[in-house]
This record gives sequence, C-alpha cells and structure tokens, in this order.
Amino acid sequence: MTDTIEQVAVAVTVNGKRVKRFVDPRTLLIHFLREEMNLTGSHIGCETSHCGACTVEMDGLSVKSCTVFAVQANDTEVNTVEGMANADGTLHALQEGFRQMHGLQCGFCTPGMLMRAKVLLAENPDPSEDEIRFGIAGNLCRCTGYQNIVKAIQYAADKLNGRAQKEAAE
Amino acid sequence: MNDMTPAQREARLEGVGCKRKRVEDVRFTQGKGNYVDDIKMPDMLHGDFVRSQYGHAKIKSIDTSRAKALPGVIAVLTAEDLKPLGLHWMPTLAGDVQAVLADGRVSFQNQEIAFVIATDRYITDDAIQLVDVEYEELPVVVDPFKAMLPDAPVLRPDLEGKMTGAHGPRKHHNHIFEWVIGDKEATDVAFSKADVTIKELISYHRTHPSPLETCQCLASFDKIKGELTVYGTFQAPHVIRTVASLLSKIPEHKIHVIAPDIGGGFGNKVGAYAGYICSIVASIVTGLPVKWVEDRMENLSTTSFARDYHMTTEIAATKDGKVTGLRVHVLADHGAFDSCADPSKWPAGFMNIVTGSYDFPVAHLSVDGVYTNKAPGGVAYRCSFRVTEAAYCIERGMDILAQKLGMDPADLRMKNFIRREQFPYQSALGWEYDSGDYHVAMQKAMDAIGYKALRAEQKAKQEAFKRGETREIMGLGVSFFTEIVGAGPSKNCDILGIAMFDSAEIRIHPTGSIIARMGSKSQGQGHETTWAQIIATELGIPSDDIMIEEGNTDTAPYGLGTYGSRSTPVAGAAIAMAARKIKNKAQMIAAHLLEVSEYDLEWDIDGFRVKGNPSRAKTMKEIAWAAYNSPPPGLEPGLEAVNYYDPPNMTYPFGAYFCVMDIDVDTGVAKTRRFYALDDCGTRINPMIIEGQVHGGLTEAFAIAMGQEIKYDEMGNVVGASFMDFFIPTAVETPKWETDFTVTPSPHHPIGAKGVGESPNVGGVPAFSNAVNDAFQFLGSTHIQMPHDAWRIWETGQKLGA
Ligand code: FES
Ligand code: FES
Repeated sequence: MTDTIEQVAVAVTVNGKRVKRFVDPRTLLIHFLREEMNLTGSHIGCETSHCGACTVEMDGLSVKSCTVFAVQANDTEVNTVEGMANADGTLHALQEGFRQMHGLQCGFCTPGMLMRAKVLLAENPDPSEDEIRFGIAGNLCRCTGYQNIVKAIQYAADKLNGRAQKEAAE
Repeated sequence: MNDMTPAQREARLEGVGCKRKRVEDVRFTQGKGNYVDDIKMPDMLHGDFVRSQYGHAKIKSIDTSRAKALPGVIAVLTAEDLKPLGLHWMPTLAGDVQAVLADGRVSFQNQEIAFVIATDRYITDDAIQLVDVEYEELPVVVDPFKAMLPDAPVLRPDLEGKMTGAHGPRKHHNHIFEWVIGDKEATDVAFSKADVTIKELISYHRTHPSPLETCQCLASFDKIKGELTVYGTFQAPHVIRTVASLLSKIPEHKIHVIAPDIGGGFGNKVGAYAGYICSIVASIVTGLPVKWVEDRMENLSTTSFARDYHMTTEIAATKDGKVTGLRVHVLADHGAFDSCADPSKWPAGFMNIVTGSYDFPVAHLSVDGVYTNKAPGGVAYRCSFRVTEAAYCIERGMDILAQKLGMDPADLRMKNFIRREQFPYQSALGWEYDSGDYHVAMQKAMDAIGYKALRAEQKAKQEAFKRGETREIMGLGVSFFTEIVGAGPSKNCDILGIAMFDSAEIRIHPTGSIIARMGSKSQGQGHETTWAQIIATELGIPSDDIMIEEGNTDTAPYGLGTYGSRSTPVAGAAIAMAARKIKNKAQMIAAHLLEVSEYDLEWDIDGFRVKGNPSRAKTMKEIAWAAYNSPPPGLEPGLEAVNYYDPPNMTYPFGAYFCVMDIDVDTGVAKTRRFYALDDCGTRINPMIIEGQVHGGLTEAFAIAMGQEIKYDEMGNVVGASFMDFFIPTAVETPKWETDFTVTPSPHHPIGAKGVGESPNVGGVPAFSNAVNDAFQFLGSTHIQMPHDAWRIWETGQKLGA
C-alpha cells in the first residue's frame, strides 16, 4: 500500500480464528478478507452497498463488507461462507437447501446470500415467505429469479426446526 | 448384466430427463468457486482506466506526469503508447473499428482514455485522479433520429467521406449500414389491398445485461517462452484466443486463454473490451501479470449495451383478422462504434425473425444502423442476436391489430399461427422453422390460466372503473413467441470469419470413468451437470462418473462458446455425436468380447447384449477396460472421440406467456398478480435447470419491461449507471412464476433439444408490456413505450384522463 499512509493494526476473529494484520486505514473489509486472508468466497458486485455479494456476518449482524473499513472490524467476530459448513465437514442446512432447491446458478451472489440467510434465520427461525423475501432484499441475484432461493431458505428453516423438508425443486 | 433391474440401472445413470442436482453447487455453496478476481499471481500489478467526463470532446492534451510520479505507479498508457504497436484501434465484431484508448477524441461518456498500472488497486485509483486531461467540448448527439438529420454533427471523422461501410453503402455521415430483406413489391401490394392496416413506432429502450460479476481479466506474458496466459470472464474463450493472436501477432499455440468460473454473462462477456487489450499490452510492456477488474459503474456505462431499437411497425390484415403483410423499419442506435455482437452476415442480427409465430405471406424489413455519442457494443442480452426486439415488435403489433379489429388478442394469434402441418416452415423473411405445435401450446396456456374468466373479470372491472367505483384497472398480457437459437450453421453464421460450430471431446478411462472437454462455457447454466446427463444416456456410464471441463483453450477442442442459447443446440449436439462415435467403437469391442457379429448386438441402458440372449452382455465399463487392454486385433486401443458439430439449421423453441396485472392509476403501481410461462424447448435434459433458467429469464424480462433503462441526458451524460438507479429487481418486487411445458423435439438435433435460456426474456418482455398496454386500452390508448415504471404508468393515466 502507499508508503505515505500510516498503517494501523487490526485484530479480528475470522471464522473462529484470531488474526492480526497491519493495514492501510482505508482498506475495506472485503479487500481485507479477500486479499489479506485469501478468503475469496465473499464477492464484489457493486462496491456501493447495493448488491449484497460481499455480505458477511460481523458480531452477529449482516454487513456489506464493501462499505465497512477493516479497522471498523477491529475486535469483532467476522464469519464468512468459508466457515459455514458444520464442524464435521457436512454442509450447513442452508448450503444443503440451496443445492436441493436449485437456489443458485452462476453462484456469484450465493456466498453473500447464504450469509444473509444465516443471520435472517438466527433473528427469525421460522420466517414466512414474505419475511424471507424482505429479509434478503439487500442481496441481488441476476440468475435465479429468487423463487428457488426462498424455497432453499424454507428448506433450511424446516431442517433446523426439526421438520420434514419439502420436496426438492422441480 | 448385473443384479439391478433396468429401472434401477437407468436411475443410477441420472441421464436425460432427470432432475439431477448440480455438481457445481458443492463448490459454490462453500465459497470455493474460482472466479477471475480470486486468482492471484506473484508480483501481480493492477490496471484501471482514466475515463472521459464528456460525451463528445476533442482531447487537447493528456498529462500523465503527476500520476507517474506517485509511488507504486508503474506505467500509464495512452493511445500514443499503443500506436507503435498498432493497437490503439481494434476491429470490432461487427466489421467496424473502435478506439482502444481515445485517440484525440472521446465519443461517449466514460470512454477509456488512459490505462494506469500500479502495484495496488488503491493506488491505481489515486493515480487516475492525477492524470490531467484537457478537453474541448463538441456537440453531443444521443438521439438516433437526430443523428440522421442533414446538419447533425459528424460523429466519426475517421469515416468521413467513406460512402461504403462493412455492410454496404452508407447514406449519411452518421449512418453505419442499411439492411433490407423481404419482398418490397409484394408487401406494398398486400398493404394496398388490405381491409385493415396498423402503423406504430414501437421502441425498445437501451438496457444492459449487468451480470453480478463485472468483466475482468488477468494477463500474464512470459518473455522467455514468448507465451501469453489470459484468465478472463469470457463467454467465448477460443474466439478471444484467436483475436488476441491476430492482434498481438503472438502465435495462437502460445496463447493460453482460461475462463474459470463466471459470475453470469447474459451476453455481456462475449465481446472484446479495451480492458482485455490494455491488460495484455501492459503485461507485455511490464513483463509482469496485470489484472483488470471493472467496477459496476464502468460495467453499466461502457461494456456493451442491449437493444436501443426503434421499430416502425405496420401490419396489413383482412377484416376478419387474417394477417396479409408485415412491414418494419428499424432505426438502430449502435452508439459510438459498431461493435454489436452479431454474426458477420447479419448486421441487425436475426431481426428477420420479426414475422414471429405467424404465417405472414409477405413481409419486408429494413434496418438503418446509426452512430450516436453513446457507449458501443450492442450485445445479445439473454437473446440470440436481436430476436428479443423482433419478438417485442411483432407481439406488440399483434395486440395493436387486435385492438383495431375489435378482436381478442389470443383469438387473433390462434387464427394466424403457423399450423403444425406447415413445419418445416419457410418464413417470408428467410428462415426455415424446424418444428412447432403452437395451437396446442396456446390452448394449454389459456386453459391453465383461466383466460375466459379473466377477460370477464377485466370487463367487469372496467365498468366499475367507469362508474367510479374503483381506481384499479386490470391488464391481461398475452405473448406467444418463437425463438431462433443455436447459432449456428456455418452456411449462415460466423464471427469475424470464424464459423460457428461447436465441439466436444469425450475420453473414457480404462476403469470406465469419463472426462469430457467442451468448446462451450457455462456462466451459470450448469453445463457440468447437464452435459454429463447427455453422455450418461448415450453411453450408459453414471453421470457421477463423468467430469466436464470447459474454458481451458489448451485442453478443450475449438468452440465458439456460450451465448444466444447455442450451447444445447450446438455443443449439446456435439457431445451426443462424439458419444455415438464412441458407442460405435464400443459395439465392435463388445462383439469381439462376446464372439458374435456387431449386428447381433443391441444397446440396453448401460451396455450391449446379444439379441435373443440377454444373459450374454457387456457393460460399457467392461468394454472400456477391454478397449485399452484387450482390443480386437487390428483395432486401435483406447476409447475416445472428438466431434465438431456444424448444425444443419437453427432450432426454434417457442412458448405462450400470460401476465395478469393490477394497476393503481393514482399511484402508477403495477402488481403482477400471476405470471404463467409455457415453454417448448424440445427434449428436456434437466427439468430442474430448465425451470431455473425460466425463472431467471423472466426476472430479467420483468426488470426490462418495468423499469430498467440506460438513459442519457442531452449533454451525453449517462444517468443511472449504478445499482442505485438502474433497476435490478430484488426478491420483494419480483413476481412469482408459474412454469409449464409442451415437448416438440427438434427433428434435426441428435437428441431433439432446442435450448431454453433466452426464451423467458424474449417472451417475457412482451407479456409484461402487453399487460400494461392492455390495461389502458379501454381508455383509448394504443401503445405506451417501455419501460413501464410507476411514474410512466401514472403519467399515462393522467394523460388519458383516468
Ligand atoms: S459489493 Fe458490497 S454490496 Fe455489492
Ligand atoms: S446465482 Fe448468479 S447472481 Fe445469483
């Protein structure tokens, strides 16, 4: 980074692992994750907070990491899609739901969509269809038409609530 | 053969027709996709553009000294630096030339002026601010009609005085081409004899594909080996390799083009952009890898656009509603350079499918392409080369005709459909439609949606509205479309002289697993899943034992890539044909192993058995082992095949779409109550993926019809080039989709498949627009231009005194 700018220390817990780095203060969290940490699951689709491809979980909240500075993440817990699968290596109910219900096509929006859905289900474990649609309105998808994404989140909610999962996608 | 029943053996294959879950999703859902920006190389540099503030201006000077002095900046390239290499202008896909970096003049806002290369992407942004460009503003033209006025400013001084362009004579200094097709005389006669005629200017506004991942590339030139490696968001990687070789003079075998995972394409990633050329040049100049990542604003305002067609449409008919002639004139706005992605011989793409699904005895089409001060690069955005414009034109036209005749729009369509027994059908504008059964599809759709009851409800609502009891009106949008996809037969189609076949190479390993490499390139269509399904059905090897590889030009056979729904009609055919070559050899091997004649064998799901003695059989797995280890004497060992497939014809999927819309005239808010889409794409490979493609295409159609537009002001400023003001629907606005199908296989495709990815956009836009138009018709309106955002709908209501 530019050598005229004073570097600052940032310490973040990312996917359960404590990491420390010196960064340029203007470094965005998305670049910190992708470039410094090599966690390239979170994507950049707009850099203006509109598309949600960069959505990660920060201290239990959904944030768009393209408009959060890495320094703002100091001393927080950040979770990304790479940390989503269960400890035993099996897929999280949401990851499984997206595959079962054909909730993705190019897969570019998917990590952000999954991370948003995870926080949504934490806040509201049994959302209605309208609540899901509203809950993911900050995440754009150009491929799927959303219908199957909604079904995927319902699938995960059913699974996490111990109910039978609905039939797979058409 | 084994203990399994035939049904079990078949199920295990997960072949054609199965809703196989996608193999891609295992990596994508875990953040393990590999997109261009995920790739890093040691000592990698970053490049970014200085862009024009103005829509049209002379560049008096460019001073890069302040930028170059910034620590971390390695170089700043301008047209002057590219000139000695002959790369400051590049040929376009449409036979024109385009400035790679502005050469003394900018012709549209945000045009590339200089390429800044630095060690860090933040520094490139700093350096861009330090490049000083001095401009002299020139008069701007953004309206294609004004561009053709006699005193319009000259927009392309490099072409001044040239009276012939790539597609024939030019009739004005801002004119690109005139394309005329059909029988003018016979059409004029039909119009002079007609009981009824209609005429309307139907405009299809400028829009943009905007996949969620922007265009990007990483170029790395190895000076010692003289080899160039380019990773990029390429829908057609082989074509990029050929173009790169022709431009750079690096031999083609020393260029390695790799398209890794792509985050959506929709036509945006077909063309060659300045960013690709500049990163390649920058890598050659610096000897280091250079990455270029476009931002969203750049994507929306500079890399390609779609549509911008202004179609004066006339239909002649008898008084009982039989169409007798079609006449269409198009003014096509191509922006500052003609870099439309159309096959070479079709300056206006497949616009001549404008006769649609109807039996027009005669038709005449003319298209004038013109230059304006807008971004260049008209692409086939989720459509095959202008078929979307054509479908919109005819489907609006048919509604306007129905209104004039006082006929129901569905009845009018039924009356004029090409009948089943007319296929293969020769259209008045030169295409041979392969197969179709339109009446059955339309009737199924009308029954499913309850068409009659909806019309009755609409009538009651209109009366209530007139009595002042409600402020809500209702529209019922009918759309029936015929697509033309599968570009294409080399007799019709080429890009820059490269014939548009496609290819597949299948290799069976001794243990019976398969790798197949393809000339196509998925951007979300799920090829890794569906190509395996075709092979599974053809060769009896389970889909899970088949790996599909695409996008690496070193390993894949030459192919023309994926766009315009060409994958299934062309590459899908290549894969079936390559599999059949393998099957033929397998049959010889099986005959040898079973000690019978080849003709005594029959195919049974996963192997060959002896006719009349099914207990004597060999599975493909057993045959594969034998192919390597005990082939028949004289037969070459191994079991693999390559096929380059040049289709005999295009394919013609079709569909019937209905949209039920409720509109509040006081707020302009339009709610889609129901949207029903019936698609016939021939043989269905993976119904789950087809449904997903239809959902996605309909959502894009909804966006285009109901709000999405790339707008310019009179000064040439592009307004609305971010996701803040360019409408991309969220899960909240997006309607719910009902999908349905009929199956009319293509007679000339090896498995009867026609392709579906473009259809929902092609059929969807007229369904939405017809619904809005249909709602206002009873108040005396004939045609309302798209996009139908709330403001425009409200304004229409006001104008009509609603
Ligand atoms: S990249 Fe952050 S919201 Fe689009
Ligand atoms: S799957 Fe492509 S953007 Fe959502």
